[in-house]
Amino acid sequence: MATFSVPGIKVSGLAACVPRKEVSNYDYRWVTAKEREQLVKTIGVEKRRHVEKGTTTSDMCQKAAQSLLEGLQWNTTEIELLIFVSQTRDYLIPQTSNILQHKLGLPTTAIALDISLGCSGYVYGLAVASAMMNSFGLSKALLLVGDISSLNSAYRDKSTYPLFGDAGTATALERFEDAPLMHFSLEGDGSGYKAIMIPDGGMRHIVSKKSFEYKKIAPGIYRTPLHIALDGIEVFNFSLREVVPNINKLLAFSGQDLATVDYIIFHQANRLINETLRKMLKIPKEKVPYSLYKFGNTSSASIPLTIVSELRNHVQQDDLLLLLSAFGIGLSWATATVEFHKVFCPELIEL
Amino acid sequence: MALNIDDFIKKIEDEFDELEPGKLKPESAFRQMFDWNSINALVLIAMVKTEYNVTINADDLTKSKTVKDIFKIIESRYHE
Repeated sequence: MATFSVPGIKVSGLAACVPRKEVSNYDYRWVTAKEREQLVKTIGVEKRRHVEKGTTTSDMCQKAAQSLLEGLQWNTTEIELLIFVSQTRDYLIPQTSNILQHKLGLPTTAIALDISLGCSGYVYGLAVASAMMNSFGLSKALLLVGDISSLNSAYRDKSTYPLFGDAGTATALERFEDAPLMHFSLEGDGSGYKAIMIPDGGMRHIVSKKSFEYKKIAPGIYRTPLHIALDGIEVFNFSLREVVPNINKLLAFSGQDLATVDYIIFHQANRLINETLRKMLKIPKEKVPYSLYKFGNTSSASIPLTIVSELRNHVQQDDLLLLLSAFGIGLSWATATVEFHKVFCPELIEL
Repeated sequence: MALNIDDFIKKIEDEFDELEPGKLKPESAFRQMFDWNSINALVLIAMVKTEYNVTINADDLTKSKTVKDIFKIIESRYHE
């Protein structure tokens, strides 16, 4: 069972960047006014941010990282690890992490690697980065996490288009002997790989002329195989089946109690899923912040974005015990408990 | 505690504001009661999970026609 603890690593800084361009679901003319109301109410997304074509996830992550480096006064030569977690990379080849390593001015002696994960990506990234730092004896690392799902969703697909927003984030990790343990529980199930997928454009179904043909999937749902397809009921039932047991497993392992956790930060899937999870866990509303309403489901960026947009002052001034719960594409899901001690957290950046 | 279909109907009415109380019957075809769409399906699945801790999937919904059909699925999977 992949449940483990990492000693001696602390989160020193957290920053998030979103595109300036705001899109409102009240302007989503593909569906009726009544459906727009229902979308906002049930899915819980009113507005989202969309990148302009040409801007990538890594551009936003770079901005976020630069603001951390400046604020923390870190020397780039000290950074020994850069991990880029995303499913919207700059190119099919090469990996984006080395491009970011270069753009940020990190030394060539630093380790740079990409991890392809979506909704569960932040917790997995935090686990891999902190565990690598601990076992390799690395002193400083940057974890860059984000996605631009707006480019993958079809406007005429009401099951995906109104849901997703774009964001890029950066987390600064540092070796610190007295840092409290970070606890992790990571799980996955590839039998559900079709639940959220872009069928064409990879190596299994390389791009062909057919990849650009729109098909009617259901009323109000038209897309090509190059667009993201989401099986709502499947994802919903998966989330309700796996997330709560995973959280309970981690808490049993770490000996922590949900009552002593200051905030539970869920991946911002949609309001219906997250509220059902909250009720299943019997957590009061004020312990579960949302950024969904303003920014939509931002895939891998949703947890750090929620912390920056909803808890910024709090994480800068206080000591907080956070429980992070991420789940989705893969299928893949993970829980972490992390203590934040006066984390440097600059204001949300717009690009 | 045995499950009661009137309670189930009451819970559906609470969840969907657009339903006029008293209009939904066990034999009502749930897709015809209001503008049925995929979001309503999720709302119903969420309610059943929260209230009865029972999972309904897409297949169950496809095979069901009436409120009673869904209620029977809940009954067969319910554990106290």
